[in-house]
Amino acid sequence: MKNIKYLLLRRVTQIGILFLYFAANVYGLNILSGTFGSSLLFETIPLADPYTTLQVLATGFVLGADVLIGAAIITLFYFVVGGRAFCSWVCPINMVTDLANWLRRKLKLDKEEVNYRFIKRSARYWIMVLGLIVSAVVGIAAFEVLSPITIMQRGIIFGFGAGISVVIAIFLFDLFGVRNGWCGHLCPLGATYSLIGKASLIRVDHDHEACTACMKCKVVCPENHVLHMINKKSIMVTDGECTNCGRCIDVCDDDALKFNIRNYLK
Amino acid sequence: MADSNNNRRKFIATTLQSVGLTALGGLLWSGYSDEVKASPLVLRPPGAIKEDDFLTACIKCGLCAEACQNRDTNIDRKTGLAKEGTLKMAKGGDHKLIGTPYFIPTDVPCYMCEDIPCVPVCPSGALNQASVSNESGELDINKARMGLAVVHKESCIAFWGIQCDACYRACPLLGEAITIEMHRNERTGKHTFMLPIVNDNACTGCGLCEIACVTEKPAIFVLPNEVSKGKAGDHYVKGWDKNDEKRIENAEAEETTTELSKEGTASGYLNSGELY
Repeated sequence: MKNIKYLLLRRVTQIGILFLYFAANVYGLNILSGTFGSSLLFETIPLADPYTTLQVLATGFVLGADVLIGAAIITLFYFVVGGRAFCSWVCPINMVTDLANWLRRKLKLDKEEVNYRFIKRSARYWIMVLGLIVSAVVGIAAFEVLSPITIMQRGIIFGFGAGISVVIAIFLFDLFGVRNGWCGHLCPLGATYSLIGKASLIRVDHDHEACTACMKCKVVCPENHVLHMINKKSIMVTDGECTNCGRCIDVCDDDALKFNIRNYLK
Repeated sequence: MADSNNNRRKFIATTLQSVGLTALGGLLWSGYSDEVKASPLVLRPPGAIKEDDFLTACIKCGLCAEACQNRDTNIDRKTGLAKEGTLKMAKGGDHKLIGTPYFIPTDVPCYMCEDIPCVPVCPSGALNQASVSNESGELDINKARMGLAVVHKESCIAFWGIQCDACYRACPLLGEAITIEMHRNERTGKHTFMLPIVNDNACTGCGLCEIACVTEKPAIFVLPNEVSKGKAGDHYVKGWDKNDEKRIENAEAEETTTELSKEGTASGYLNSGELY
């Protein structure tokens, strides 16, 4: 039980949030309505996706105040508290790519040297900027026409249609193509949250003294370059690309990893 | 020295590669995005701004569709359960911009709720509340212009001379949006053609006429305004209507120069003796 604590918590959060969105449409239960693009919490507090908002603003359209306030609230929350937690605690695609990644390990696809490394992890930042440029050129929010995240979320709330193929494509890409290909290399939304959450308070903390260098954490970590301090230094994981998923804490048998609050005063 | 040369070469090569791949991605992405927004035959919720701007503004949150689905009047009287709402969210395979709200009158038409639940919830400005409000700022669904009903007279049985006024009776703006025009039926000599005529100044495009139409494929159907309407342009003015003259106040003169006009005036070439 100990080694799936955060995994369970995350699944409960992810599925709980999706259920609230689903219930708002199907049962008229207005706790959390809308979709990630723009939502309403308790019918009053607007929430909006920062990257979607940026894309629409890039087209030159002056968005309604609700969306702008909503995007500011979300940005502030992840900037101060959550870091890149959206990716591992909220995003439904995380369940798909986690499954692909788990299967990859079970099928030993990484050891067979079939991990195509033709994409760099920095590609997502290029895609993020490119998405804004394409939005400005074409005049519609460009990532939103193919975003597997909102397609999957709307699929759950309103019905999938052919949109399910995008989700399957992401699964196959992560399983047979690049390891952590979507979330760790391509997703511009993840890139946005990496930048927003760079300075956030909640961080994974490493205790070098307790570490036995088993490297289990590096195996499960979807962004394992952020764990460069393992068995080297007792410092926090401060890289913005860490999704705060806590999987490393789960698998650590030596209590060498735990969540901590970053102390800026020290 | 040779080493730094190699480094520079590698740097230039990888930079070029990144820029090139980004350009490739940008072109594919732009092309795809531009294609997927081209779906002119789609009906939007009440208050939707012009289709082109709507595609830009809609943040695909679905709050309008949820409000439509969960409106108080959307209860099936027999079962007590919620019926399918009017507004759907475009899915993959619907061939409409994915995630945008739309409706198909023959599935579920717009019932023109007086409190218009779908419009005030729009956070982005894609649905403009002012366009469905009257002068005193109250919501007025009769101001909605979701589309315009069009009659195909060859398949409308009323135009054949058969008595049918299903669309006229189904219209929520009875006697305003659809009026019946009477003509003598010369074929029988003793009957009347009762022809449904749609009036642009009242039709909201709700689609209740379309679903009521009795023909196998509806002879009256709602088309988006961009598709169903013509435009007379600045060349034609209702001289008897003072208001219509205002329409062309800002008209600009357009001069065209053709090969013929270069050679002189029209009368000039007519008198030049050459035969065309």
